[in-house]
Formats: sequence, structure tokens, C-alpha cells
Amino acid sequence: MSVNNPEYDFKWCPGCGDFGVRRALEKSLTDRKIATELPMENNVVVAGIGCSGNLVHLLEGDRPYGFHGVHGRSLPAAMGIKMGSPDLNVIVVAGDGDFLSIGMEHIAPQAARNLNVTAVIMDNAVYGLTKGQSSPTSEFDMITSSTPYGKQEEKINPLKLYLEYGVSFVASMMSSKIKDLANLINIGMDHKGFSIVHVQSPCTTYNDTYQLLKGNKKLGIAPIAWEIPEAHDKSDINAAHDIVDKGGVPLGILFEDKLRASFDENINKLNEKVKPRNLDKVIESFSI
Amino acid sequence: MKKNDFVMRFAGEGGQGVVTSAEGFAQAAAQEGYHIQTFATFPSQIMGGPTWTQTRISTNEVLSSGDELDVLVAFNEEAYMTHKDAVKKDGVIIFNSGDFNIDDDSSSIKALGIPFDELAKSTGNTRAANMVVMGALADLVNMPQSILESFVTNKFTRGRPNDAEIISSNIEALSLGKLEIEKNNFHLGELAASTPPKYEQILINGNAAISVGALAAELDVFIGYPISPATPILLWMEQRLIGNGKFVHQSSSEIESIIAIIGAGYSGKKAMTSTAGPGFSLMSEGIGLAWMTEIPIVVVNVQRGGPATGLPTKTEQSDLYASIYPAHGDVSIPVIAPGTVEECFYASIKAINWAERYQGPVVLLSEHALAERQTNIPKPDIKKIKIENRLTYTGENGYKRYEGEKLSPMPIPGKPGSYVANGSEHDDWGDTTHLPQRHIEMTNRRFNKLKLLENEEYESINNHNEISIMPWGGSKGPVQEAYKNLIEEGVEIGWFYTMFLNPLPKKLLDELKEKKLIIVPELNYRGQWSSILRSYGINAKSITQYTGLPFKVNYLIEQIKKNINLE
Ligand SMILES: Cc1ncc(C[n+]2csc(CCOP(=O)(O)OP(=O)(O)O)c2C)c(N)n1
Ligand code: SF4
Ligand SMILES: [Mg+2]
Repeated sequence: MSVNNPEYDFKWCPGCGDFGVRRALEKSLTDRKIATELPMENNVVVAGIGCSGNLVHLLEGDRPYGFHGVHGRSLPAAMGIKMGSPDLNVIVVAGDGDFLSIGMEHIAPQAARNLNVTAVIMDNAVYGLTKGQSSPTSEFDMITSSTPYGKQEEKINPLKLYLEYGVSFVASMMSSKIKDLANLINIGMDHKGFSIVHVQSPCTTYNDTYQLLKGNKKLGIAPIAWEIPEAHDKSDINAAHDIVDKGGVPLGILFEDKLRASFDENINKLNEKVKPRNLDKVIESFSI
Repeated sequence: MKKNDFVMRFAGEGGQGVVTSAEGFAQAAAQEGYHIQTFATFPSQIMGGPTWTQTRISTNEVLSSGDELDVLVAFNEEAYMTHKDAVKKDGVIIFNSGDFNIDDDSSSIKALGIPFDELAKSTGNTRAANMVVMGALADLVNMPQSILESFVTNKFTRGRPNDAEIISSNIEALSLGKLEIEKNNFHLGELAASTPPKYEQILINGNAAISVGALAAELDVFIGYPISPATPILLWMEQRLIGNGKFVHQSSSEIESIIAIIGAGYSGKKAMTSTAGPGFSLMSEGIGLAWMTEIPIVVVNVQRGGPATGLPTKTEQSDLYASIYPAHGDVSIPVIAPGTVEECFYASIKAINWAERYQGPVVLLSEHALAERQTNIPKPDIKKIKIENRLTYTGENGYKRYEGEKLSPMPIPGKPGSYVANGSEHDDWGDTTHLPQRHIEMTNRRFNKLKLLENEEYESINNHNEISIMPWGGSKGPVQEAYKNLIEEGVEIGWFYTMFLNPLPKKLLDELKEKKLIIVPELNYRGQWSSILRSYGINAKSITQYTGLPFKVNYLIEQIKKNINLE
């Protein structure tokens, strides 16, 4: 059931973090529509496979275009769409399993190219859709359906990894802060180049981390989420690494490289330098 | 008596001038109006390694690269030992006497040693050893030296200050080669004069023909990952798919290639990738995605041999099953398999047209033997080329992209008509659904669209006969040559051929069903095409070969006769 389509047969569980991400994305798309005066159809949402990716069917209001492909391949699809039609605004929505496990191989090349798309990653540290297996961001020793005696792999640190790969815009947020998240997505979409907004989006069914993120005064639990201070120099990659090294879940923009050209800009420059080939002349070049 | 046809093999080590002599000689002959075909094998190592190229020169159209050799040019001893038995009884061997000497008398074949490199050195141009070889060969078959001289002049007139010097040393090398033949009175026969065709020609190989065809069909996007023998297509595109709205790029894997071209196809562009066996296997899931989401794309699969890494530099026709059924679930992917270099050009255009017409993935199935085969073909007349573009949606928002059980207009992102292109089973909006009725409807829709591809052309000759032969892909040439010989012998046998393997032209299917027996020569173990034909109720039987090499004509004649009980 979705507002747009009563036949659609998937629903998020009550309290799922993805609800908040959806609202935030709807808001940023609407803001963008007003700011750019471009129709909603100028946006393409490329979704991974998972509870998170199903967001593309659950968006309410004006419908952007959607591409819901196969597990782990949202970035290659986004590249084809963006480089095929650079005037489109392309947003990736995917989960931690989709983006960081099966799809991990696609992050480094897009960082190297500085592909001009925005990825909104919904990290719940678990595979939700396939019912609770461990994911690359699940904690060491965590009990899940696929690690009944504890996960024997360290968790990876996605923010560290994005910075190491050279992603030119890296932000971190949690799903319950809808306005802040919408704002980050907006800045990410305006950023020229590859932007990732990594969102802690708890899975209430298999890995409920709300209390950890927000803390609980009564139980004496301190929140692991913390605001990145205003004074942080976003253009400084070392400062960005320092933020990650402080641990917990930083909220805000870690790194932003405003100087680097995006992939489509670079390709455009090449295309201006090299003269297009005329078909007749190409065929002529094979003349005997 | 003058001869119409010579088969020459150049063998040695990579870097010795094997390929440049073979291709240079072929090119010079083509300029003179002869028909030529070259067949190349490459060493699997980067530097050196055994390599050979075969050049066939004829006054008539060349259908195969030739079974046995009139001439073997051995650049080193290993090449001599490996290839001497391929020479005809009345053929000859020319060998590099600067490198080795022939001291076994076991071979009754006439042989002449020429010090290729020393003679080249004496002209002051150490790189002219291939010219020594070419000069000798031309004289061997009584071909006027002027043909080679004008070839050399054309080739080295590059507007550089030392052009004249290079031309004169090369021409000197040619005449030194010629002199060796004269001195030893070592003549093989006289090549009959050419009858140059009235139309304009080009000299091209299969990979290049596919690339030019794609450009002619107005390709917008090409994304590929290097792999033999498909790499030249990627390199060709990197050079020439340039300009406003065009995009070409080397991907990080075949998975990235396939999914990225689907993205480009979705965004409204004509998109293609090229690969071979291992990369094609990685593309399986993606090809299914294009089928499911109804997005036009073309995958060029230049077949090599064997499963896994297999035989990267050899030829085989063993990816047919994989091309029609590359993915899980109910799919049937359109496949076009060109049989000649000329067909590579038209097949490429057709593949892009098909993808646009039925809105889905098309596999253009080529093979190593075609990819590296150089031959003269009529220059394509681009004014006669028909280009097709997908039916696009031009209405307002609120469009149900997947409504109904047949092809419907495709919305283009940026314009009204937003929908979700969904790889999960979907309803008419593109939203995921599991309703049985929807799966029936959408499956029917995807298969119904194939009917748009069933009216293509095919060849049907002498089909009053009960038994016919039907090759596919790159085996067409050798089989055609065998067929001609059989007809000359008075054997009663028909001929069918099409490059449109899936779906087969409907009329052809009806004709095939009427036949007592269809004989299918193909380069694979399982007899893939004949087994598919049998599944349609056609009595088909394969002649198989899995050596990594193309068919020989004599082997085919023998096997065909066996199958029709003439032996
Ligand atoms: C190639 C492939 N392998 C496995 C699956 C099954 N699968 C679907 S979603 C998923 C994991 C999803 O996890 P995540 O990306 O974290 O999304 P979430 O559901 O947690 O939002 C898996 C393994 C698949 N669809 N395709
Ligand atoms: S399983 Fe978890 S991630 Fe999936 S919808 Fe339910 S709460 Fe959300
Ligand atoms: Mg997850």
C-alpha cells in the first residue's frame, strides 16, 4: 500500500528509520523543485534492493523518476543515467548491505571519477529485507540470524572509507532529524561531484538502535550521536578524519571539496578538445 | 596455367614482422583489386611468443582463409617445425636463413632460405624485413612489383621530412626480396590478373565493422572493460565516440558496464557494451534486468573458447545457449550473429535498431575468427541505412508505463511520464507486486514484444531438396565454400542461413520444419544450435568441432557427405 498506488504490496515496520529518510528526501526534492524551477521529473531516484531501496515506491507527492535495479548496483546505474543525460539530478537510495557489502566495489571508481550524484545511505547495521542477517556495519560479536553465536568480523567504518576513497562530499546524519537530513541532502545535491549522506536509520524489528543514538537520561545512557561543531573546517580532510576518529555518530558535514571538477564537467572539457568524428570520413579511412 | 587463388601463412615470433608482412601483402593485393582475407592468431604472451597470420588472395570472393598452404613463410625454426605439414605437396616454403637452416630432408617440399634481416639491414632500414618478404612473395607468384611499390609509396607518404628516404629503402628491400627468387629461379606459379569490382571497397575486420556500424546507427554511449578478443571495440570507441551528448568510458568491471549502459538506455540514450565469455557471464543478472525493465541496450559478445578463462585468443561458437538464455527466470534474449565481416557492420546497426524497436536487450554475437579477420567488402552506402528510434511517450504525467500486454511508448526522464523502471515484478506503474495475474500479464508482455523481430531476411537456396545445410555465425564462409564444391559435384542439398538466430524469422522456421534433415556445422561440443532447432520440432543434426580453430573446407565436405550417406 502506498499513497500513490494501493496495489503496491510492501510496508515498512512501525517505527522504521526509513520513514524519516523518506520525509527528508521528499522535502529536499520539493525544495529543489522550487529553487531550480525544474519539474519533479528532472529527478531520478536510483534505488538499491532492501527495505531501504523500497523508498522509491513509497515517496509521496509529486513522483520523480525511479530506477529500481538489482542488489548492489545502484552506483553503476546512476553513472549511466547521469553520464547519459547530465542534466538530470540523480539520487541513490540504498542500505548498508546493498551499498557496503555487495556494492562496495562501485564506491571507489565513482569517487575517483567524482560522479555528480548524491547517495543517501540508510544504515541499520543489518539486512532488513532478508530478515535480520549481519551486515558490514554490524558490531563484532553481534548476534543476528546468520551469526547465531556472534559475528566474527570487525565492523567497517563507512565514513572513514568514503574519506579514504576520495568521495568529495561526506555527511553523516540520523533518520529522526528530518529537517537536518533534508538540509544535508539539499547541500549534497547542490555539490558538484560525488556526495554521500550516510544516515543511521534504525531497524526496529532486527536492530533497534534508537536508544543508543539518542541516549536515555533515565537509564543513564549517553547518546552516541553528536553534532559536529560549527568551527569544523569542512575543506580540511585531516579535520574530517579527526571527526571520525572521535567515534560515535557525528552529525553534519565532515568533508566538502568545492574545488574539484565533477566527472561530467571533465568529460565535457574533453569533448570540447577533441573534434567529433564524421561518419563518412570514418568509413573513408578504411578505403582500400 | 594461371592460378586464381593463393594461400600464404606467415609464422614466427611476435615482433618479427609476421603480421605486418601478412597484412601488408594482403592490403597491396586488395588495392590491385584482388579479394583477400586474413586470419590471425595471437600469442598469449605480450612480448614475442609464437604467432601466425594467414593471407588468402584470390581473383574471386574469398569465403574461408584456406585449408592448405601454397606458401609458408617461416621466420624462425619453431615456426617451420610447427607449420611445415600444413603446406600442400606442390607448395613452397620460404624461411629466414639468417635465423636457422633446414637440414632435415624428410620434407619433400621445396624450400628457399632468404636472410630477411640482413637484406633489410643492407638497405639501411632494419625495419624493412617485412618488405624483403613481400618482394619475394610477389615475385614467387609473378605479381608485378609495381603493385607493392605503389603500396609502399602510399603507406609512407605521411608528410614527414624523411618520407622519401623511408620509401626508397623500403622499395630497395622489396627488390632485394625479388632478386632472391629470381637468382634461384624459385617460382610457384602465376596469379591470374585481378578483375577489380566496379563498386568502391573498404578493407576492414569484424571488430571495426561492428564499431563503425554502431556509429552509423547513432550510438550515444559505450562503456566497456578490456577483454580479448573484444578489446579493440572499446579502444575504437574511446577514439571516436566523441562529441556533444556522446559518452564513452572504460568501466571498472563488466558488472559496472552492463548496469551503466542500462542506466544510459533508461535515460533515453542508445547504449552498447562489448565483452567476451568471462565478462558475458558477469553480465547475466544485468541482461535480465534490461529484459525486465524493458530498456534498450546492446551487448556485443565476441566469443572466445571454453568456459571460465578458457581460450582467450582462440575461436569458438560455444556461447549460443548463454546468449539466448543468459539470465535466470523466463527470458529469451534476441540474438544476432553475423557470419561475415560485412555482416558485422549491418548486424551492429540491426542490433541497435532491434533494441530500440522492441525496447530491451539485444546480444550481438560475434567471434574471434570474425573479429580479427581482415577482408575487402563493398563500401557501405550510409544513405541507404535505416535507423530506428524507440517509441517515446510524449503525454502528461500520470502515465502507466507498463500497461497492457504489448509494446508501449517509453517515457524519458526529464520529461513528463515518471515511473519506476523496476527489476522486481511490477504493476503497470512499475511498482513491485506479487499478484499472480500481474506476473502472467507482464511475462506475456515481455514475450509478446519478440514478435516485432520475426520478419527479418534469410537465405534459402535449392530448397526443393529434402536435406539442407544451415551454418550460423562465422562458420558461414567455410560452409559456403564447402557447399559450392558439393553443388559443383552434383550433390543434391539445400542451403539456409540467417544472422537472426533469436527470434528466428517466422517464415524460415516454417520452411525448416518441412525438411527431412538440417545439417548444422558449428564450433562447439554440444551442438548448441541444432539442439535449439530440435526443440522447435526441426530435425537438425550438428557437425561439431572444438579445436579453437575455424572449420576446414575439406573436413566439412567429408562430414556433410557422411551425414547424407554419400560415403
Ligand atoms: C544478487 C542478490 N543477492 C542477494 C539478494 C537478497 N537480498 C535482498 S535485500 C538484501 C540485503 C539488504 O540489506 P540492506 O541493503 O542493508 O537493506 P535493508 O533491508 O537493511 O534496508 C539481500 C541480501 C538479492 N536480491 N540479490
Ligand atoms: S525490517 Fe527493519 S529495515 Fe525493514 S522495514 Fe522493518 S524495521 Fe525497517
Ligand atoms: Mg540494512
